[in-house]
Amino acid sequence: MVQNIIDVRNLSKSFDISSKEPGLKGTIKHFFRRKTKSLKVIKDISFEIKEGEIVGFLGANGAGKTTILKMLCGLIYPSEGSIFVSGYLPYRRKENFLKNITLIMGQKQQLIWDLPPIESFYLNASIYDLDKFEAKRRIKKLSEMLEIDEELFIPVRKLSLGQRMKSELLAALIHEPNILFLDEPTLGLDINAQRNLRKFLQEYNKETNATICLTSHYMKDITSLCKRVICVHEGAISYDGKLDLLLKKLSPVKEILIVCRSEEDAIKLENSSFTVKNKIKNEITIKIENNSIISSLKTILNNFDIEDLFINEPPIDEIIGRVLIKKDYDI
Amino acid sequence: MNLRKYLKVYKKFLHTSLASELEYKTNILVDLITAILSLIGSIFLLSIFFQNNGYIGGWKFEQALIIQSIYTILNGITNTWFNPNLTEIVKHIREGTLDFVLLKPIDSQFFISLKKLNPSGFLEIMLGFFLLFFCIRINQINLNLSFLTLSLITLSCSICILYSLWFFISTTTIWFVKTWNATEVLRSFLYIGRFPLNSFSFSLRIFFSVFIPIAFITTIPSEVFLGLSQLWKILLEVIVASVFLITSRKFWLFALKFYSSASS
Repeated sequence: MVQNIIDVRNLSKSFDISSKEPGLKGTIKHFFRRKTKSLKVIKDISFEIKEGEIVGFLGANGAGKTTILKMLCGLIYPSEGSIFVSGYLPYRRKENFLKNITLIMGQKQQLIWDLPPIESFYLNASIYDLDKFEAKRRIKKLSEMLEIDEELFIPVRKLSLGQRMKSELLAALIHEPNILFLDEPTLGLDINAQRNLRKFLQEYNKETNATICLTSHYMKDITSLCKRVICVHEGAISYDGKLDLLLKKLSPVKEILIVCRSEEDAIKLENSSFTVKNKIKNEITIKIENNSIISSLKTILNNFDIEDLFINEPPIDEIIGRVLIKKDYDI
Repeated sequence: MNLRKYLKVYKKFLHTSLASELEYKTNILVDLITAILSLIGSIFLLSIFFQNNGYIGGWKFEQALIIQSIYTILNGITNTWFNPNLTEIVKHIREGTLDFVLLKPIDSQFFISLKKLNPSGFLEIMLGFFLLFFCIRINQINLNLSFLTLSLITLSCSICILYSLWFFISTTTIWFVKTWNATEVLRSFLYIGRFPLNSFSFSLRIFFSVFIPIAFITTIPSEVFLGLSQLWKILLEVIVASVFLITSRKFWLFALKFYSSASS
């Protein structure tokens, strides 16, 4: 049986937030008498993650995804509840716990700006107490997986964002952690760089059975990496489960564009029992429920003279967009 | 604590910061020239104070030069280690890159206090020692083992006090986010350390001994060099340095509980 590597129970986090009225008067008032209020940003959440799982955290900006990730890796103390990661209380930041995890943030970097990435890798290797030969072996292996070579010897400030992100990944993985926390790792990368990064993460997970917790606003990251998603809405979990189940639930119908051989066939189809979205000459778009796709298509192919047909998946960004603004998903 | 690992990491820190600094040759050259000109300027200023009166606060010019040399050594240490690292704490906290430090299996205070190094500060340290040896000669100070031990103890204590004060102020960034001004105020108070404590009024002497212990930083080590120091003062400096060091450590660990990391 696969063990739970992350166990979160009734976790809450509050921050003291100060607010300021606009204008000079507001600024002076804010300077002398700062109004602060306690804001509960994470509200009583519970979940478990199994070893080797890749879980995507979805939510609008400010929903609390990054705060959850930072509590899981031990950067922020929880206000209430309990967290166990790999059997440790993360906020105690014990050496053995830290050797097991890594945090990669798309918008922050740890590489030394003026030096080639290789220097940062060896510095990290000494921090993780790796000897020179082992460090060299790991750098070679990871650089092959990430397809970087010459870039290792060029100062970081002269690398492209994609090359820099690959180097950041290598620096963060040199100690071969078995839990990865990734906060928007593909932020700002071009399509090819995003694809390469996803490919690398899939390979890394397959090869090492590492657990990956990921936040991203790029839906492609989530759909190609995560089977399971946790949706966060205003600090609470609105959905925790399989991604395809969520998509099916939120998008119960598919649109099918049918190109008939003649306009008469299209008219015949329009007058049948199918729900028609639109019809232009011999092209007709109908809506079919997911659970009756096969039988409906059989009926259409047997009864109408069809030239071509296209099944259109609804845009995933649109579906997920709906998730981000809704509070509960009972699936 | 694994000492071998920490030595290995510090060797890497030295290597990477030297390599980073050497990327900008002109900057190093400018820093070196600034250090030389700054020392010449300070000695010139000191000589002006002594022009009309041979003594200030009971100290001769040759004796006051010892304070200047200790100040130069400490300023060199400040520029080599404290300035590049401790001012960076504010940046780490404001930008949230402290996250990377806290998630490394290494003591976070060690990491943020020693990661960087400014090699041009070395020249200042060397200039300070040259001036100190010159002062030992002109003041005809007899070098013996107990003298060297006491000098080393008091100098080390001065470094500890200075580091702790600076680190303490930088740590408050966790709550106040921006504390550049406070560290600048500390640096300007340090300029006062170039002059003998006795040259100030009684109230200022109390202020610089109790509230901001500048007196402990330069005057007591100088008194040791001149054979003027009393044992109780040396012991007091050791106690003050230990209290400052332990407090700054405890304060850092306490402050980290309130670290909320920058938003992303």
